[in-house]
Amino acid sequence: MDIHEYQAKEILSEFGIPTPRGGLAYSPEQAVYRANEMGGEQWLVKAQIHSGARGKAGGIVICSSNEDISNAADNLLGKRLITHQTGSQGKLVHRLYVEEAIEIANEYYIGFVLDREKEQIGVIASSQGGVEIEEIAQSQPDSIVRTTVEPAVGMQPFQAREIAFQLKISKPLVSQMVTILLGCYNALIDLDATMVEINPLAVTSSGGLMALDAKMSFDDNALFRRPNISELRDKSQEDLREMRAADRGLNYVGLDGNIGCIINGAGLAMATMDIIKHAGGEPANFLDIGGGASPDRVAKAFNLVLSDEKVETIVVNIFAGINRCDWVAEGIIQAVSKIELQIPLVVRLAGTNVELGRQLLKESGLPILMADTLQEVAEVAVAAWKEYKRKQGS
Amino acid sequence: MAILINENTTVIVQGFTGQTSMFHSMEMIEYGTKIVGGVTPGKGGSKILNRPVFDTVREAVKATGATASISFVPPPFAADGIMEAADAGIKYCVCITDGIPAHDMIRVKRYMRRYKAVNKMVLAGPNCAGTISPGKSMMGIMPPHIYTKGEVGIIGRSGTLGYEAASQLRSMGIGVSTSVGIGGDPINGSSFTDHLARFEEDSETKVVVMIGEIGGPQESNAAAFYRENMKTPVVGYIAGLTAPKGRRMGHAGAVISAFGESASEKVEVLQECGVKIVLSPAEIGQTVANVLASL
Repeated sequence: MDIHEYQAKEILSEFGIPTPRGGLAYSPEQAVYRANEMGGEQWLVKAQIHSGARGKAGGIVICSSNEDISNAADNLLGKRLITHQTGSQGKLVHRLYVEEAIEIANEYYIGFVLDREKEQIGVIASSQGGVEIEEIAQSQPDSIVRTTVEPAVGMQPFQAREIAFQLKISKPLVSQMVTILLGCYNALIDLDATMVEINPLAVTSSGGLMALDAKMSFDDNALFRRPNISELRDKSQEDLREMRAADRGLNYVGLDGNIGCIINGAGLAMATMDIIKHAGGEPANFLDIGGGASPDRVAKAFNLVLSDEKVETIVVNIFAGINRCDWVAEGIIQAVSKIELQIPLVVRLAGTNVELGRQLLKESGLPILMADTLQEVAEVAVAAWKEYKRKQGS
Repeated sequence: MAILINENTTVIVQGFTGQTSMFHSMEMIEYGTKIVGGVTPGKGGSKILNRPVFDTVREAVKATGATASISFVPPPFAADGIMEAADAGIKYCVCITDGIPAHDMIRVKRYMRRYKAVNKMVLAGPNCAGTISPGKSMMGIMPPHIYTKGEVGIIGRSGTLGYEAASQLRSMGIGVSTSVGIGGDPINGSSFTDHLARFEEDSETKVVVMIGEIGGPQESNAAAFYRENMKTPVVGYIAGLTAPKGRRMGHAGAVISAFGESASEKVEVLQECGVKIVLSPAEIGQTVANVLASL
């Protein structure tokens, strides 16, 4: 789960990380009020969306007057901000963070991630902050310093010191850097985060370190024990269909194609998408309805996939392990009889009681195209989709 | 031969008294797995499926001599259960549980380092379908009838995709020595490499099928291991060629977040190292048949 910049800054400041003064605003009036409350001469109006690279997309505006702030806020609120991380849909700006502008002398990068290779927390730092880490890795790979943390004892001050000295941070700032690095690590561990990133971590003109932007992601599997973190979830930043699916225990990821997929198991779902592409089609979504594939879930999955207007053919591929194909078939029949399906439906069942399942589907009289194998399901689906397109065109 | 489990493996079930766990325990018993008891803290002294229930894994091991454990313990307590099994002297643990926090798994992996290699428990999973040595023993939730006894080893992250591979093999008359699920989590007990090494040692296994997916470094590590250490041919498939970057595809670990984690990059590394790559998941069975025929 991702959170907003202002939320991450609030959390990190509790762990001793200095952040600029700022306040949240939902309207131009509030934005102006926030700036006046803080005082000063220059402010940043920052769109709060779950994405990096907001600056390049016009999501961060430097303002020097009430009028500037009001205009910037008016412009940003309600807008869909498109960055290279959001996809073509962009993300809706509902909240603004108004922050005092800080003069920057130097910029660093620090990041904490799950290192899957070492199975520990990995720390990444660079003296070339201010741009994305992927970019730093390309242009200035030698500026990157890495270490991992022994989980039994946690991050030690010497590790933080080593990083600070390797980054050639000025001597008076080393102890502050140590506090910041240890603070980030502690926040990550205490709150079950999977990622903490401060970029840039700036040396200000007054000579202190300060987190000018912050990002945190949390482990979905650990939210049960972090109620304070779950509360920070902002549903407006999530894809509506993906959110609805998640609330119903389904795993859905929307894609750009036309062939809707209903599959049990994440691996089989990915494999089915792959083979559809192989056969000349484009999958409209990833959807794992879970190993069980109960009739109820199958019905919900149909509604979900059909809510995507791009979908012009549906593929159901269920490998019945724990359950039985006849049971899954009943679920499909139930779901399909309730809706007037205008597009081709291809079903492939495999596993326990497969003959019985297929027979039930045939006897139902519903317009279902049957496939026996993985290969066949993709070929039949792509052919049916092409035929459908042809008819639509004529 | 087979690897990890055979007809003599004695198994306890952790989280024995739950509904799902009881259902699968019955299936395993029916298959012939030697389930000798179970553990549910607080329910010790009772009997389930005509097997004794214990409060702790240590008691269960002492009373039954079990060497293996399958865990259905719910996510908040699952990591604790794995460490309990390791400490009680269990040699092989299959953890079915989906949804264990990543930091808990980091702790588990660190904890396991306290044991010398010879005493160290092997963990498969979490978030996996289990292990089966067809005709001998099943520790898992898979439909056993799709596996016939034979000479092909399977290692996979995904449950249903593993079933798909097994049933393709079966339809071609090819059997399986052992199938191991390593699970879809970002941090798991054992890797492709761990089990490739076991299959290499197993005289019964003639070919290994490795079913990977996007995310993480394990497939690429396995590729290097294959090139350096293996004579047994490996057939590989990587799911998620159409998966977009940065999006999690169902499994907690199935997300492309770094260089080398996409399906196409993994395929490239595996191919370079000599692994026979299957690009279409429908051709796993046929490809294995071809490799077997060429031996």
